[in-house]
Amino acid sequence: MGHLLEIKGLRVEYRSDESIVKAVNGVSFSLDKGTVIGLVGETGAGKTTTALGIMRLLPAMTGRITGGEIMFKGEDLLKKPPGDMRAVRGAMISMIFQDPMTSLNPVVSVGDQIRESLEIHSVDSRSGSAMDAKVDELLELVNIPSRRKKEYPHQFSGGMRQRVGIAMALACEPELLIADEPTTALDVTIQAQVLELMRGLKDKLETSMIMITHDLGVVAEICDRVAIMYAGEVVEQGSVRDIFESERHHPYTEGLFGAIPSLAAASRRLAPIDGLMPDPTDLPIGCKFAERCKYREAVCGHTAPGADAEGHAIACHRFAGKRHGAD
Amino acid sequence: MALIELVNLKKYFKVGSGYLHAVDGVSLKIDEGRTMGVVGESGCGKSTLGRLSLRLIEASAGEVLCRGEDILKFDARRMRELRREMQIIFQDPFSSLDPRMAVFDIISEPLVEYKACKNRKTLEETVIGLMETVGLAENYINAYPHEMDGGRRQRVGIARALALKPKFIVCDEPVSALDVSIQAQILNLLMDLQDAMGMAYMFITHDLSVVKHISTEIAVMYLGQCVETAATEELFQNPLHPYTRALLSAIPEPRIGKNRGKVIRGEVSDPIDPAPGCRFAPRCDFSSAACGGDIRLEEQRGGHFVACRLYQTK
Ligand SMILES: Nc1ncnc2c1ncn2[C@@H]1O[C@H](COP(=O)(O)OP(=O)(O)OP(=O)(O)O)[C@@H](O)[C@H]1O
Ligand SMILES: Nc1ncnc2c1ncn2[C@@H]1O[C@H](COP(=O)(O)OP(=O)(O)OP(=O)(O)O)[C@@H](O)[C@H]1O
Ligand SMILES: [Mg+2]
Ligand SMILES: [Mg+2]
Repeated sequence: MGHLLEIKGLRVEYRSDESIVKAVNGVSFSLDKGTVIGLVGETGAGKTTTALGIMRLLPAMTGRITGGEIMFKGEDLLKKPPGDMRAVRGAMISMIFQDPMTSLNPVVSVGDQIRESLEIHSVDSRSGSAMDAKVDELLELVNIPSRRKKEYPHQFSGGMRQRVGIAMALACEPELLIADEPTTALDVTIQAQVLELMRGLKDKLETSMIMITHDLGVVAEICDRVAIMYAGEVVEQGSVRDIFESERHHPYTEGLFGAIPSLAAASRRLAPIDGLMPDPTDLPIGCKFAERCKYREAVCGHTAPGADAEGHAIACHRFAGKRHGAD
Repeated sequence: MALIELVNLKKYFKVGSGYLHAVDGVSLKIDEGRTMGVVGESGCGKSTLGRLSLRLIEASAGEVLCRGEDILKFDARRMRELRREMQIIFQDPFSSLDPRMAVFDIISEPLVEYKACKNRKTLEETVIGLMETVGLAENYINAYPHEMDGGRRQRVGIARALALKPKFIVCDEPVSALDVSIQAQILNLLMDLQDAMGMAYMFITHDLSVVKHISTEIAVMYLGQCVETAATEELFQNPLHPYTRALLSAIPEPRIGKNRGKVIRGEVSDPIDPAPGCRFAPRCDFSSAACGGDIRLEEQRGGHFVACRLYQTK
């Protein structure tokens, strides 16, 4: 059986008068029904851009998909006319945005907004009071007392707005849910509840999810597969076991795990990866991580390492078995 | 004398269905060179507490003492003087920085407002010096916020906050939006700056492993109230309040197959006109009739305070 979603060689650029930002540079991964893939990586790595590309919601003036395919249920989303795409977003794919204010209207009460998204998305038409009950239920699911539904977004705390966004996305019962940092503003207890809700969707409705997060604890808890992104590329992907328990890792992944603040650590100082991500308007020709890599060799400076999109794949010259040569 | 002391501070918001008790009688002390970590459930009043301590919003009741003086009684002129010494760093550097201003203008704005530099030349030198302090390359001086990634934007916000050499900085989730590596860089930076300049931080976060690294003291909030406060080591080794315990056991670890502690269940907490007594009781495994009574923070041992009837002496 084919994958529910298969992304092949996706490329996205942002153009302005002065420069071209190469935000996504040949990303490939796939997702099966009822499974969750985690997208992890440094800020600016292109995670949100990849998600917006799948949704075809890139900023119209500047964002452009310059290559690749996004196969969803056997059809290339990139070939769909805008009207059909709107229908796909309504009925089959929904997204929880990184900035909750993107999906919230400041002048409409929270309850009315959830109701609207129910009305737009639900196939069956419910009666008014059934709608009200559903709105209350969704709010309580994300731990917000339903009597607060008449309040406006500015009266909610940051994490409460994020939870409203989650409630709205869940209301649609999508086949594919793209969640962009859905729990960054939430404390651990509410985070645990949200993850439980998501797991429920996955188990009961076989919802598939792309979970964008920098919280490796969340990844360990909910993801089946993980793709680690760096400078617009997937540098390593594999099952959650491969990522958390294998000995072999991309040097960037190694650094990422080393930087996690640990509850057990005695020292207060943390160990960030030295250096900064390359300028996306002027990317190096070889491996994009080479400049910061402690294992760098001559080949890294001029040849970009390649990798598969299946199994445990590492785009690094150190792992010769996976080497593909220049692309 | 504590640099900052909050005394029975309250903030009630009028909403359609009554009064929302966002902050409800919080008392805390923060000394120079120390970091008070403030943790708690989303919506429990952390950001409101931070803004109250800087008087960015007006309190409903209580006092905010700065070196013993109640700043809530200051007139506009004294408040303006005090603002130089008190700053805030926000979670989302993107929405807190003006998108139409370049880095130079963002960082220099407070310096210009308080006429802190004699001339254009010293202003430029000061801005470049601040950029160096926070680890921003000089060639970003004319960049706009949207052209930078989250880590660099947060550095701009920190440079701006440092411009007037403040004594007290409220950090409201300054690293929550950043990946672990950039987060580590920013936390190290904040600790180095504190070592060098001795300012006090109120560090608001929901991430307990972050708070463990950066704080010297921790206050745990639940629905507008402080339910437990202690030195960091003590709180992690010996958490007392059932909510604190639940919080600590729910931390997800970056390992697979590790089940987190059980999720807190029970009635959804509502901060609008809350009933008297312990606000965590409806979700607490240890609750009893006694929890409906008056429960205050009581000292258990040196500097470790908890508000729970399990530990009440009388
Ligand atoms: N609208 C835009 N115009 C120009 N450049 C952009 C725009 N949006 C994003 N970028 C740039 O594209 C690159 C990828 O950004 P993206 O937001 O996809 O990263 P991300 O991995 O989601 O990061 P974060 O963890 O900070 O959310 C970055 O260099 C970013 O500065
Ligand atoms: N302007 C306002 N009007 C009405 N209610 C408000 C206002 N600002 C905050 N509140 C309410 O006060 C309570 C505390 O909000 P606050 O933003 O301080 O929470 P928080 O602890 O910072 O939460 P988070 O972790 O989600 O950021 C919430 O119930 C919120 O809805
Ligand atoms: Mg993003
Ligand atoms: Mg807040």
